[in-house]
Amino acid sequence: MIRNVLEHIGGVGAYGVFAICLFFSFFIGVLLWVARLKKSHVDSMSALPLDDGSAQTKSETLRKP
Amino acid sequence: MNVETFKYDNKIVRAFAIATVIWGLVGFSAGLLIACQLFWPDLNLNLQFTSFGRLRPLHTNAVIFAFVGNGMFMGIYYSLQRLCKARMFSDFLSWFNFWGWQAIIVSAAITLPLGLTTSKEYAELEWPIDILIAVVWVVFSVNLFGTILKRREKHMYVAIWFYIATAITVAVLHIVNSLEMPASLFKSYSMYAGVQDALVQWWYGHNAVAFFLTTPYLGMMYYFLPKAANRPVFSYRLSIIHFWGLIFIYIWAGPHHLIFTALPDWAQSLGMVFSLMLIAPSWGGMLNGLLTLRGAWDKLRTEPMLKFMVVAVTAYGMATLEGPLLAIKSVNSLSHYTDWTIAHVHTGALGWNGFLTFSVLYWLFPRLYNTTLWSTKLANYHFWIAILGMIFYVVPMYASGVTQGLMWKQFNQDGFLQYPNFLETVVQIVPLYRLRAIGGSLYIVGAVLMAFNLWRTARSGKFVPEQEAQAAVAENTSAAGHGPDKGHRWLEAKPMLFTALAVVAVLVGGLVEIVPMYLIKENVPTISSVKPYSALEVLGRDIYIREGCLGCHSQMVRPFRSETERYGEYSKAGEFVYDHPFLWGSKRTGPDLHRVGGKYPDAWHYNHMDDPRSVSPGSIMPRYSWLLSQKLDTSSLPSRIGALRKIGVPYPAGYENGPAQKDLQQQAQQVVLGLKVGMVNTEANREIVALIAYLQRLGKDIRSVAVATTPVTTTTTK
Repeated sequence: MIRNVLEHIGGVGAYGVFAICLFFSFFIGVLLWVARLKKSHVDSMSALPLDDGSAQTKSETLRKP
Repeated sequence: MNVETFKYDNKIVRAFAIATVIWGLVGFSAGLLIACQLFWPDLNLNLQFTSFGRLRPLHTNAVIFAFVGNGMFMGIYYSLQRLCKARMFSDFLSWFNFWGWQAIIVSAAITLPLGLTTSKEYAELEWPIDILIAVVWVVFSVNLFGTILKRREKHMYVAIWFYIATAITVAVLHIVNSLEMPASLFKSYSMYAGVQDALVQWWYGHNAVAFFLTTPYLGMMYYFLPKAANRPVFSYRLSIIHFWGLIFIYIWAGPHHLIFTALPDWAQSLGMVFSLMLIAPSWGGMLNGLLTLRGAWDKLRTEPMLKFMVVAVTAYGMATLEGPLLAIKSVNSLSHYTDWTIAHVHTGALGWNGFLTFSVLYWLFPRLYNTTLWSTKLANYHFWIAILGMIFYVVPMYASGVTQGLMWKQFNQDGFLQYPNFLETVVQIVPLYRLRAIGGSLYIVGAVLMAFNLWRTARSGKFVPEQEAQAAVAENTSAAGHGPDKGHRWLEAKPMLFTALAVVAVLVGGLVEIVPMYLIKENVPTISSVKPYSALEVLGRDIYIREGCLGCHSQMVRPFRSETERYGEYSKAGEFVYDHPFLWGSKRTGPDLHRVGGKYPDAWHYNHMDDPRSVSPGSIMPRYSWLLSQKLDTSSLPSRIGALRKIGVPYPAGYENGPAQKDLQQQAQQVVLGLKVGMVNTEANREIVALIAYLQRLGKDIRSVAVATTPVTTTTTK
């Protein structure tokens, strides 16, 4: 049955190859993208959850350096 | 700098938090009840509403959509406001989201025990509730994007990306998988049939795990873990890779739920390969979470919340390593249909979702009530009891899964099955089911302690309904001295473009699988002897769906010698072309039923349904005695046949107006005669008659005529 299906779908093997190539180019693209980030931006983004502008958070941040 | 003062809405967060605790206890308890039914079948009280088949979807829906669903909204509504430095877009939409979601849960809690189900796993709710889900989800999404658009913080933090991915992907999954043809107010048939239905369902099922149980919780991990540890996330760069890698790959891996089934091999292989690749981003995320605690591990001594978080993240790591391993074909041939899968999902559910929810609840309540946790000691007890509970749950299920999987495949020296009677393999694992129930009970005890602790915490403080905050308006919040935004940083300030790219990343995988799926439609080998179900069989099949039989019985004989010896010819894609919905199942607590047609006399089925232990001593199947007395409702037949014809089942025009009823009566009389042979007297208008007709039809179509396809060598495994 499986062979029969494979024989009757044109270029099914290409889907697998296409999928893998697509993933690796995507992955490498993201890696390059990330490598180009500036450290100052990374630091400011990482610190975002720590300050939500409320008095409660500010006092906690002071309490626990 | 233009600084604005505004207020965060804590009321909506508290509402979702309370709902999370309540529905969590309900969902866990439903799980414990059905776990006990597996070694104590009479615990269904001989009531149809409390039988395993109907309560199992209630348990899964309660835990996924009620407990985790409310937990997710709780986390999102708290963190999104603070990350955007803005109140939610609309209070009205927030409360619509809350009450709408609770209405969905209550409708599920009513309809599922009544047997109103589509039978598609984790998408069991019938079409009117499906529409309500879509409406509430749209409301949530509007509220989410509205808040993002009015934010005062220029860049979107990683948690928000995960929330965006959740909102859009769940919408796509829900709509595509829920396309169904209504036959009445609470009965519908899936638009897809057989193999296509299976592929769409598990594309949905797998990605519901990904985008309902995982991505929102990852967003919460990226917010609450740094918050509790009071230090930034270990690597923001890694979080970017985690996000894009995860949402891009996850969607491809769905077919790993259908390995060795009648799904074409290329789709199975694609699912397997992408599942393995999924380890990379998942572990990147896990390590990012754990390493955030570098230099702060001492806080675990004083913050029970962090302990729960660390176990949650570790469980995420274990589950996301195990999942890909289970997707490897050779491992899957052993694990599939056994309790191994149950162990796997509970590592995720109890460990990842449960512990992370507990962690956030312990962190939130003192802050919502402006106080400290009532008892840290009690929270620590909860922690250890829940850990023990998890171990007592998961370890016996691994033992059970491997034991039963090996027993199914064991041949003796003469080449015959070592355990030809399926029941032998069940009796062997019943003690492990008892142990599992102890684990589940412990986990519930822990959750009750938490509920009490949170209640006392709330009583000891004063609720802060609105939390005042100050922030500069958006134009001025761009971090000074960075120069113009470029690359990912630029994208983080463009929510709509970001969403569009996330949609593309998510859809690519779906399309590459779905496009060939339509090609398969042309290529599922037609088997001329496969005919639509008769009128009586349609009603019998609907009873099979109503009782949730597929919770314990598969209808998919895999191409292994161990299976063809036990059940008969392996299942072919062409046999399911009229199966709206497909009923392949995913677990064999009882044997496969695809070739059960003609295997036993009618009277055997009658007696077996009345009391399974009267014909199979030691069986753990519940009694279905109500099927013997309840009258078969034939009034809905015309609308059911009509609905099935609309979605492609070739019943002749006008068949439902007369001929169908006549055929039904005729076949019912035949079953009654068949039962008489076995000394059973019953009337033709009983539900059991329709169910027997359906069971006796199963898998018989291809017996009379040779299959017009090239035979495939069956895989021999031992």
